[in-house]
Amino acid sequence: MRRALFAAFLALLLCLPLLTGSVYYTNLASQALIAALFALGLNLLVGYAGLTSLGHAGYLGLAAYTSGWLMTHLGWGHLAAAAAALAFSTVMAAIFGLIALRAAGISFLMITLALGQVLWGLAYRWTGVTGGDNGISGLTRPQPFGIGLGDPTHFYYFALLVFLAVWAAVAIWVRSPFGASIRGSKDQPHRMSALGYNVWLIRWITFVASGFLGAVAGLMYVYYHQFISPHSLSLANSAEMLLMVIAGGAGTLSGPVVGAALVVVLKNVASAYIDRWIMLLGFVFIIIVMFVPGGIVAGLARVRRPRLQPTRPAEKPAPLEKTT
Amino acid sequence: MNFWLIQSLNSLALGGVLFMLAAGFSLIFGLMRIANLAHGAYFMVGAYIGFTVLERGYGFGAAVLAAGLGVGILGGIVERVVLRRLAGNTLSQVLATLGVAFVIADASLWIWGGDPRPVPPPALLAGGVQLFGLTFPLYRLAVLVFSIVVAIGLWLLLDQTRLGMMIRASVDDRQMAQGIGVPASTLFTVVFCLGTALAGIGGVVAAPILSVYPGLDADMLPLALVVVILGGLGSLAGAFVGSFVIGFIYSFGQVLFPDLAYIILFLPMVVILAARPRGLFGRISA
Repeated sequence: MRRALFAAFLALLLCLPLLTGSVYYTNLASQALIAALFALGLNLLVGYAGLTSLGHAGYLGLAAYTSGWLMTHLGWGHLAAAAAALAFSTVMAAIFGLIALRAAGISFLMITLALGQVLWGLAYRWTGVTGGDNGISGLTRPQPFGIGLGDPTHFYYFALLVFLAVWAAVAIWVRSPFGASIRGSKDQPHRMSALGYNVWLIRWITFVASGFLGAVAGLMYVYYHQFISPHSLSLANSAEMLLMVIAGGAGTLSGPVVGAALVVVLKNVASAYIDRWIMLLGFVFIIIVMFVPGGIVAGLARVRRPRLQPTRPAEKPAPLEKTT
Repeated sequence: MNFWLIQSLNSLALGGVLFMLAAGFSLIFGLMRIANLAHGAYFMVGAYIGFTVLERGYGFGAAVLAAGLGVGILGGIVERVVLRRLAGNTLSQVLATLGVAFVIADASLWIWGGDPRPVPPPALLAGGVQLFGLTFPLYRLAVLVFSIVVAIGLWLLLDQTRLGMMIRASVDDRQMAQGIGVPASTLFTVVFCLGTALAGIGGVVAAPILSVYPGLDADMLPLALVVVILGGLGSLAGAFVGSFVIGFIYSFGQVLFPDLAYIILFLPMVVILAARPRGLFGRISA
């Protein structure tokens, strides 16, 4: 059943440009794939390691700005700029990980938010390098093996290739023994420590990997838009990405992908009718958190198989105000 | 010499504003363990409410009162309608406050438009004052004095009243406090109203210095976070010291290194996290 579903999904992804036959939908699908790439990386941290980051758009921005700056200011080629951008963003993620992992839980969230805002402020204010509010524009898409990615269909397949590679890597990683230790560090950090695991190191490695995948998504993002501005690093953008993970289902493989597709489609449909996307984002956030806390994928599974899973986890603590 | 003195006063005024923002944030965190990510938005809405009240021709005192009441009530509604239903799940509560922040920010943009709104200081405090042969802007001195009055008021409230006793007991050991009959439900709402009202008042008081613009919320929230990370979560003294430290660093940073003010801001946070993760005055390990 699962395999059939997966095969059908893969076939759909492969045939999508042919099925829609329109540039608009092909581009929409590319955006969804890039968002899904990002959500997969963020989910490693949020879903598997239980560390909710609110500054993750920073890595997207770091990679996008680095590659954009190297190409426009120093005239580097695509390949060299991409490699340098990935390396630099990953090193920054390693440093930020050292800072943010001094804490866990809500403090971790606050520190990542503050760090993300530092990067946003830098992109906004350091006009000599980043172009300030105007950002860096006039970028081009790469031409791997002479195939021009300027064509929407070509770009879609390129994004699909990267997405499938990352998905496979993430799937293998979370199912590996190390993936099991990541989940262990989330559920039972004290027991994991007692068993001799270095919980801090497990979290840090996951943090860096998550930042690296954010940087990969950032490269795809800047290739797609051929433009980068501080807006892409904003708190709203970080929150949008977190919404993808949480709405789809944190800690599952397919959840963030579904969530990313839903958020991208919702954003495009909504902005055709209203220009209050940020308000809608806020309301969707509140509604998801209040009514679908496990995410849509888990929610659907619960509707389909009501008897196999209890509707509410039994260990949920009783509401505090009842004790008065 | 002139530059340093004037800039120091600016830093002190900004510190006072930050204290009004961070004290409420810290208080809410101490009691409810929620990082209220809508705090910057409450600050901005307070400033906008003050702007509208002043525009209608009422005085500055009325603006402060209206912002405090309006934002406090808004906070109370959010606490009762949204946060209450998520009791026991702090992460969900924090994410819900983020959703609230976006709704408030976008609603403000809708109501008050995208242009920055200048807010004049009250006529009485508009001029300068001569000290040591230098002219200091009187309003900034007044902001500093006002924030110190607020700090003393908060300290008296927390240290000398029955309500404060219950809040302190709940911050230190919530379950024990509930066990001996502290009405946690009411307390949560009261503290949330108080914390958000402080943010709203901070917004009005800051408006003549910072003016009001869309994005003010996103500018202030990280400052509040850095202050409480530095000072220690849930500690009034920490919020006070942290506010003035950050006020100085940010003001001088903006003038001396305008491009990199944000990086300089984040250095003390790194140092404190490396040396003392719970902050200067923090007792809570969150």
